[in-house]
Amino acid sequence: MANAPKTMFEKVWDRHQVSAETADTPAILYIDLHLVHEVTSPQAFAVLRERGLPVRRTDLTLATMDHSTPTRTEQVFGGAPIAIDSAAKQVRELETNCAAFGVELLGLRSAQRGIVHIIGPESGITQPGKTVVCGDSHTSTHGAVGALAFGIGTTEVGHVLATQCLLQRKPRSFAINVNGKLRAGVTAKDLILAIIGKIGVSGGTGHVIEYRGDTIRAFDMDERMTVCNMSIEAGARAGMIAPDEMTYAYLHGRPRAPQGADWERALERWKQLPTDPGARFDKEVNIDGAALEPMITYGTNPGMVVPITGAIPVKKGDAVFEKSLAYMGLEAGAPIKGQSVNVVFLGSCTNGRLSDLRSAAGILKGHKIAKGVQMLVVPGSQQVKKEAEAEGLHKVFIDAGAEWRESGCSMCLGMNGDLVPKGQYSVSTSNRNFEGRQGVGARTLLASPLTAAASAVCGRVTDPRELMNG
Amino acid sequence: MEPIKTLRSRTVVLPNTNIDTDQIIPARFLTTTTRDGLGRNLFADWRYDAQGVARPDFVLNRPEAQGCQILVAGRNLGCGSSREHAPWALLDYGFRAVISTEIADIFRNNSLKNGLLPVVVDEGTSRWLQENPGAEVSLDLESSTLSLPTGARVQFPMEAFSRYCLLNGVDELGFLRGRMDQIKAYEQRA
Repeated sequence: MANAPKTMFEKVWDRHQVSAETADTPAILYIDLHLVHEVTSPQAFAVLRERGLPVRRTDLTLATMDHSTPTRTEQVFGGAPIAIDSAAKQVRELETNCAAFGVELLGLRSAQRGIVHIIGPESGITQPGKTVVCGDSHTSTHGAVGALAFGIGTTEVGHVLATQCLLQRKPRSFAINVNGKLRAGVTAKDLILAIIGKIGVSGGTGHVIEYRGDTIRAFDMDERMTVCNMSIEAGARAGMIAPDEMTYAYLHGRPRAPQGADWERALERWKQLPTDPGARFDKEVNIDGAALEPMITYGTNPGMVVPITGAIPVKKGDAVFEKSLAYMGLEAGAPIKGQSVNVVFLGSCTNGRLSDLRSAAGILKGHKIAKGVQMLVVPGSQQVKKEAEAEGLHKVFIDAGAEWRESGCSMCLGMNGDLVPKGQYSVSTSNRNFEGRQGVGARTLLASPLTAAASAVCGRVTDPRELMNG
Repeated sequence: MEPIKTLRSRTVVLPNTNIDTDQIIPARFLTTTTRDGLGRNLFADWRYDAQGVARPDFVLNRPEAQGCQILVAGRNLGCGSSREHAPWALLDYGFRAVISTEIADIFRNNSLKNGLLPVVVDEGTSRWLQENPGAEVSLDLESSTLSLPTGARVQFPMEAFSRYCLLNGVDELGFLRGRMDQIKAYEQRA
């Protein structure tokens, strides 16, 4: 039936099919925006060189560097070399590749540089209805504006560079409906952690999630990005949120967004995107937003999560669970609140936007971080950094005793040498608490910027509401 | 990509569930600009102690694991980061197939594109494999069948196009480039 109601995902998918899938072949899917970074692209450019191929659509390709880049000002802007030689080489290789293939690069010293998933929406190049890919699993972030955005491997990076297309089987659709007003101290990060806890770290495998409901509609764009960002932590291919007035107001006037008459035409198209009434999803889950509490992880995957007022579960006879707790040095049945903390990391593509810095600063203002705690604040982009400084947020962090750095992925994965020491506990606003993620032997507790800031002040895992009501 | 039609090998079993790609190849080894040599650091933080000495109790370090080409793992293998360095590391080490009850999407895609066979089996088969480490099993890609030494034959799902590419060592870029007229026509009408 030609006019059957469609989900937003199906609309974007159908519009980008160069050819539809058959029993024998996957669909050829056209890509509107390809974001490139230094870690997952060198081997793809090497394939182009081997085969003598150009980058086919440099106008749809944008590169930056974020994963292995230093956050110390002197290593970014001069005065000291990049501390890790192999990282420096990777940075140079991206510069060489972009120059050779004619790809626009927001390089190390660019004022527009930042984490690839922060600068896409921030610059306005991420737009509703676009297909967006990047050699990074957190590409799902861009779905917050109503784009179909997903992470790919390096071989596929090469495919998109060479043809602007990917071979893909169509994923299934998954609606997560969230309704109810979040309580004070409960954030978008707590919601997505609760969702992952509920559906599990592979609950979304093979699916594109659409987040729906009045809780989602009430979120600003930064909050929507936090939710979509961690779709991959539930195993999903992508996360999407329908565009609305909030989305249009956010994008309007951004340098790479459509301007003038183009804006009006784009708006007409974007308004057709939301899921039609009566469209069916392959899977559906309901969440009561009003019942949520601040959440924090205690284990070694993001699904191992409890309310901050709760206790670590007891799972006798589960060897994998016990191994995970042994790694974390935590005890089944113990409360998570009060656990001592050594490091606090505020940043990442999950929580490195201006509103995240504001909310943490709101807790830290007038406080000092606890003795012995190291707190690293890493803005998601150079623009976020500039805006934060214009508001004086950096002063709040520095006065509290935190370090204020240049933008990048930093301690989320420690590729650039920003590491949590072995055995230490880190409350981190990032997205993964895997073994060794923030450094060999590092013990990561994922939480919101509010919880991270409150835990920095107290030197132990702290319910942010204790500092908000005081 | 090397074609793969059949594979007969003993298995190595890592029963952990949710083995993420950060475990398969930790991020600090990703500042490489080539695909080579990653096998040395496969499962680095499980395989070596802080001094870089092989831990004798880790399964890959045991004598009976040497030469095994099939890795059996717990549910949801390869979750997390999209790093293709994960299948590169597995292949460089010498694995040609991974078996689990569930394999994460991006890791599965990346494996298929490099000739590492991702095999998804039912709970019962997985349990048998986990209880019988070192079992000599065969994989036949053409019929998408896993044969156990018990005589059991288990079908596994394999998308038709991926199977074609794996069997023939064809890479998808060649296929896509062969469709350039269609791609250009799409660009004209879009």
